[in-house]
Amino acid sequence: MSGRSLRRHVTSGLMTGLVAVLSFTAVLALVLILGDLIAKGASSLNWDFFTKNPVPAGQSGGGVANAIVGTGIIVGLAALIGLPIGIGTGLYLAEYGSGRLGWIVRFVADVLNGTPSIVIGIFAWTWLVRPMGGYSALAGSVALAALMIPMIARTTEEMVRLVPHSLREAALALGYPRWRTSLRVVARTALAGIVTGCLVGVARIAGETAPLLFTALGNLNFSTSVTQPMQTLPHQIYEYASGPFEEWHRLAWASALVLMSLVLLLGVTARWAIRQRHGAAR
Amino acid sequence: MRLRGGFFCAMPRCYRSVTDAEYVSDRMTTLPIHPATTPHAVPAPAPTPQSEWRTLRGTNVGDRLYRATLTALALVLPLLLVTLLAELVVGAWPAIKRFGLPFVWTSVWDPVAGVFGAAPMIFGTLASSLLALLIAVPLALGVAIYLTEFSPKWLRQPIAFLVELLAAIPSVVYGLWGIFVLIPFLRSYVVPPLRATLGWTPLFGGVFYGNSLLAGGIILAIMIVPYIAAVSREVLLAVPASQREAALGMGATRWEAVWTAVVPYGRAGLIGAVILGLGRALGETMAVTMVIGNRHDISLSVLQPAYTMAAAIANEFSEAVSDLHLAAMFEVGLVLFVVTVIVNACARLLIWRVARGTAVGSRAL
Repeated sequence: MSGRSLRRHVTSGLMTGLVAVLSFTAVLALVLILGDLIAKGASSLNWDFFTKNPVPAGQSGGGVANAIVGTGIIVGLAALIGLPIGIGTGLYLAEYGSGRLGWIVRFVADVLNGTPSIVIGIFAWTWLVRPMGGYSALAGSVALAALMIPMIARTTEEMVRLVPHSLREAALALGYPRWRTSLRVVARTALAGIVTGCLVGVARIAGETAPLLFTALGNLNFSTSVTQPMQTLPHQIYEYASGPFEEWHRLAWASALVLMSLVLLLGVTARWAIRQRHGAAR
Repeated sequence: MRLRGGFFCAMPRCYRSVTDAEYVSDRMTTLPIHPATTPHAVPAPAPTPQSEWRTLRGTNVGDRLYRATLTALALVLPLLLVTLLAELVVGAWPAIKRFGLPFVWTSVWDPVAGVFGAAPMIFGTLASSLLALLIAVPLALGVAIYLTEFSPKWLRQPIAFLVELLAAIPSVVYGLWGIFVLIPFLRSYVVPPLRATLGWTPLFGGVFYGNSLLAGGIILAIMIVPYIAAVSREVLLAVPASQREAALGMGATRWEAVWTAVVPYGRAGLIGAVILGLGRALGETMAVTMVIGNRHDISLSVLQPAYTMAAAIANEFSEAVSDLHLAAMFEVGLVLFVVTVIVNACARLLIWRVARGTAVGSRAL
């Protein structure tokens, strides 16, 4: 092997090694973060943590029951608002989206997908908090729904497009009108994919904090009224992490572990669902 | 887990769907005409005038209702974008009228005196995002290239999955980790040697308190790696195998094939991926707010605290002391929004071009 050829092969080997090392560095970051979460959070998880409300600053004990319930309510309400609109938009894009409006909607969805969530928070503040005269869980839900719609729309579209044309043709040939074909045959075939997209969307907004800062605000007490401020896990983590007390930091780590588990659970379920359906196709 | 490749980068495989007229006439009548697939003469169906199909379709109330409903739902998104923009402009109007264009390059921020200039935040936003790109781009491209070109097959799925998981971690958890793990680590192991060797440059000057541009940049980098990696991977996967084969066939080593044939082919898409990451970094709020220090100041040193537009909105929006202060916050939001929209639009156009299969223009970049 001549010197030049040797050098080229050595370079190739070195660069291969380098990209491998870079990949493992990225994975290492994840392992470190998850490891720290478990190491610092797991020890604080106990019955009280899930069932009690926060105690006044400086005291020890207490839990984050209000934040867990609050996250459930706000995210659930957001899903209730966001999912129908998102799925409908996705179906529109897949079924009728070849014209100019389709192009616009698709582009707007992509642009909104990248819009900072804090700006969406300003949107909800102007339209709900200011007219209603106070912070409310409802405003938080609307902000989260607005974050969710573009994502759900694009996933739904993709999933519906994966359905083979022969299925539509068969349904139409049997005399199904187009709307029934779309709903009963096409959307139903793509159902697993659509559900996956929804789960991923919910998982994403469940961890959002920024749009809740000046909409749902946060609440020290247990509240289930959607017209009042409400505490959520991400907001609780933010408050506790920025605070001066050791006890708060401990609770922040535990809350982070719970939030992360929740998000991962949704995500892994979604992944599992899509494997069941599209394992061979993808 | 917001990004299994397709999920978040959203690149439809089939770009063109069919209109109703085409849907019926196209598919139904042209099907039997392929001579290759129908060796025996199939009686051609009686030609059906499109108009007749139209009338048939038009009579179905359900179809019209369905289409109208979906269209109404689809209009929500454009409406959202327009109201968002309108309300930002309206809310920011007092500040725009008062400070005009110098708002973006003056640096006094005094809510009490009612003087506002956003230069430090704009600087901080750009600086932290660029720092993040500097760290994230090699990592993410490394992941993408390794996964598509070099890794053993059994390792592909696990690594891709783990890197995607990084995107599933909520921003506030990154912030928590940044405060209690990353900053202490930087303080004891990274900053002392940095200062010892490079302390004389303005980039690493000043006292390090922990909350700093450096911490913000690193956290942002970890957060955007999965986005850039996922899109880059899709782009590299879309490069035809013939590119690789041609380079290898001419005697290139594996790395040369990747670097001279595969990467240039997907260049537009890769740049798009990086710009997409930039868009994420610019708008990221919580993690940055928690570690960047939130100080209204322009300092060249990465060891000093800084401020970003998103962090400013998070901190000050609900505590605005005057109407003008609130208007100034709106204007910061407007600037942030417009910048991210432009950045994202550029990224999308670049990625679309590659993903659509017409990578012809990629050489031009």
